[in-house]
Amino acid sequence: MSLRRVCALVLVTVVVAAACGDDDTGPPATGPPAAIVLATHDSFAISAEVLAGFEDLTGVPVRILEAGDAGTLVSSAILTKGKPTADVLFGIDNTFLSRALEEDLFIPYASPGLGSVPDSLELDPEHRVTPIDFANVCLNYDKAGLAAAGLSPPTGLRDLTMPAYRGTLVVEDPATSSPGLAFLLSTIAEFPEGTAYPWQTFWADLVANDVLVTSGWEEAYFGAFSGGSEDGDRPIVVSYASSPPAGVFFADEELAEAPTAAVLDGCFRQIEFAGILAGTEAEATAQALIDYMLTLEFQEDIPLNMFVFPANAEAALPEVFVEHTAIPESPNSLDPAEIDANRNAWIEAWTEIVR
Amino acid sequence: MDRDRPLTGVAGLAILAVPALFLGYFFLYPLASILITGLTSDGVPDLGPLGEIASRPRLLGIAWFTLWQAVASTLLTLVVALPATAALSRYEFWGKRFVRAAVTVPFVLPTVVVATAFLALLGPGGPLGLDLRRSIWAILAAHVFYNVAVVVRTVGTAWERLDPRLEEAARTLGATRWNAFRAVTWPLLRPAVVSATSIVFLFTFTSFGVVLILGGLEYATLEVEIWRQATALIDLPLAAALSLLQLVGVTGILVGYARYQQRRAHELPLLSARATARRPATWRERGFVAATVGGLVAILGAPLVVLAERSLRVGDGHGLTHYRALAELDEAGAAFVPPTTAIGNSLWFAVVATALALAVGLLAAAVIAYRGGRASRWFDALLMLPLGTSAVTLGFGFLVALDAPIDLRTSALLIPLAHAVVAIPFVVRTTVPIMRSVRHRLREAAAVLGAPPRAVWRLVDLPLISRAALVGAGFAFAVSLGEFGATSFIVRPDRPTIPIAIFRFLGQPGAQNLGRALAMSTLLMLITAGAILAIDRLRVGHLGEF
Repeated sequence: MSLRRVCALVLVTVVVAAACGDDDTGPPATGPPAAIVLATHDSFAISAEVLAGFEDLTGVPVRILEAGDAGTLVSSAILTKGKPTADVLFGIDNTFLSRALEEDLFIPYASPGLGSVPDSLELDPEHRVTPIDFANVCLNYDKAGLAAAGLSPPTGLRDLTMPAYRGTLVVEDPATSSPGLAFLLSTIAEFPEGTAYPWQTFWADLVANDVLVTSGWEEAYFGAFSGGSEDGDRPIVVSYASSPPAGVFFADEELAEAPTAAVLDGCFRQIEFAGILAGTEAEATAQALIDYMLTLEFQEDIPLNMFVFPANAEAALPEVFVEHTAIPESPNSLDPAEIDANRNAWIEAWTEIVR
Repeated sequence: MDRDRPLTGVAGLAILAVPALFLGYFFLYPLASILITGLTSDGVPDLGPLGEIASRPRLLGIAWFTLWQAVASTLLTLVVALPATAALSRYEFWGKRFVRAAVTVPFVLPTVVVATAFLALLGPGGPLGLDLRRSIWAILAAHVFYNVAVVVRTVGTAWERLDPRLEEAARTLGATRWNAFRAVTWPLLRPAVVSATSIVFLFTFTSFGVVLILGGLEYATLEVEIWRQATALIDLPLAAALSLLQLVGVTGILVGYARYQQRRAHELPLLSARATARRPATWRERGFVAATVGGLVAILGAPLVVLAERSLRVGDGHGLTHYRALAELDEAGAAFVPPTTAIGNSLWFAVVATALALAVGLLAAAVIAYRGGRASRWFDALLMLPLGTSAVTLGFGFLVALDAPIDLRTSALLIPLAHAVVAIPFVVRTTVPIMRSVRHRLREAAAVLGAPPRAVWRLVDLPLISRAALVGAGFAFAVSLGEFGATSFIVRPDRPTIPIAIFRFLGQPGAQNLGRALAMSTLLMLITAGAILAIDRLRVGHLGEF
């Protein structure tokens, strides 16, 4: 290749790239927007047909904008307050909710679809955010691994401190992982401060019982949990109530029974919300998108894409969910305002105990 | 035109303007914006968060750990890489080209995948038989694994062009092998070694994924802590203060680097790589090549082989199930990224990023090499700054700063632009030493032969420079394929790349998901090795190989 050709190639590439970039930056339109932009975290997934269904309905296509994990999503929304990069934000959960509401990121909107959503999922009476789905962070265990160790499944959190369960548990760092934070909050709700057995003591007992902490869910589930891969040697992990059906759904070969199961006691409920970002130029279309996210079409597509439960109580669950998991009846919960006020102090205190 | 400093005057300023404006707008401006946003409240500077760092022993401990692990990682990387670089530069042997290309592979692999291989190798069941999984050794080993390519390829480019007759002359005059190396080769090589060392140091100083995953609760770098504060605790002021602290450390290193560049004035006598390398003749030489290159291949190859083997593991046996499962996604779509889409996006971003990095980087290198003077040396150091800047901070900086005049915050173009910012230093580092060295020859040749300087430049300088530029291009390509630094923190339109697809697979339980992630990683390795081999084969002009 001659130098002249290399130079020409470079030039062409740069020009083409610049031209491509311009596609996305048209002037703000009046009337119906050219597209509605949905900012979300990188775990968001929905079928292409379902997303296209919104365009069929309104004539406006949905563009997805990804912004890292849930925490990164909230931080970037705060940093772009008033000049949002999107019209609607999806993926803020109850652990970050208070902070986002405090920052006035959202425009209130009460969707008619809320009629089918249980009241227990609606945490903002002013409707600045709308619940879309929920998940339960629960202990999961590897059936074969526990049996091999001669153990029965734990029935609740307290069991984990018993000598029999020594060296069996892997959890995620609450400072770097969202299920890790949910689990810490679950223990705080179950063993409140100022009682005879506060959460700090519980965690000190877990440490004495050789708990393993990883930075993220992937490392815990695929690296340390014996039910996640052959590398793992710990039969109990902090994961989701919907992990066992996912394990069946994504198995290499068809499985009659799930190799893992969730302990439905001591779970923490994570609710994911969507909200219309203040500063949007397409409020009406944004409202239509919130409505659409609560329709059965969208809601019934959620479980097998994101492995969480739909907020719309009328949405039918796929068979693999019905067969291999259940929704805990009384999960632990904490008030979002209390979470926000104490999150940093709790995490710092936890870090001091565990490291 | 002043022959000694051909880029002074208006032409020089015009060439300087391109890289200066590019880095000013896509690096300094976003960085300054986010730091100012973080360290002001209601428009008034608020340096409280800086005081907070000083008052918290844990944060000071993190700063200290960041520094010492970077020093240790850099030294270890040099110890592993330099002898192998010598063998690769001085000797001709079977598989040499492949090894030189393959060292780049670790560079692109996502940490979360590499960590699984490291945990397997460093666990009690691994070849060492020791449990080093959650020790400092796991971090250091991973840093060596990721950074060896920087030394092998940047130092190698200079070393393979050094005239071996210089050292041979010293030997003839009675110097021992070691003394001849120390007195002759080393001083000529030192600028390239310092360049590579500074890059490795900056990388390990700002290490994120390796320390986050392998460091557990015990170890954290400033980079990990900035990310924790910014995204988990949403304490943006403290994150900004920590970024500032990190930046001060990096600037300190770069000041030292600029000072060093100021003192050195060697011009390397350059030869074609083919003229300097020969087959190892004695048993001693063969042993040297086998030990150094073999050691390098073992250290880099073991984790890669573990990953590839695992991608083939199905139940108790082996097979292509996970690759087939990947292929099925091209039809199924739905929740996952079709692999061909991810590969297409990755390659497209990598080509654009490489083109941008070459265009801007070569102009910057020309300014530094030909213009000379104190200012250009500082410019040189400034260009390195993106390698030592907090990725999450810069990612947020883009969000705060790039909304006007054109809103680039959500443009797909921002991704290769961000890649280019990180890749430019590689192009500059690999080409500046070569440009400086041939300058001298240019003058001599022009004077002796009476040829017009332009013709000599085209026939002599250009082929040598383009060889070095291609090494830089290879790094740029790898930086982009691997989604380095800030590039993983920018808000992006739904244009998933290979690393993003891998993260997606690892987001849900199931053997198929782990298998597909490993299969995709193996494909990423092959694509990288293939691309670097292809780039290495490109030749501009003929002199490079006379």
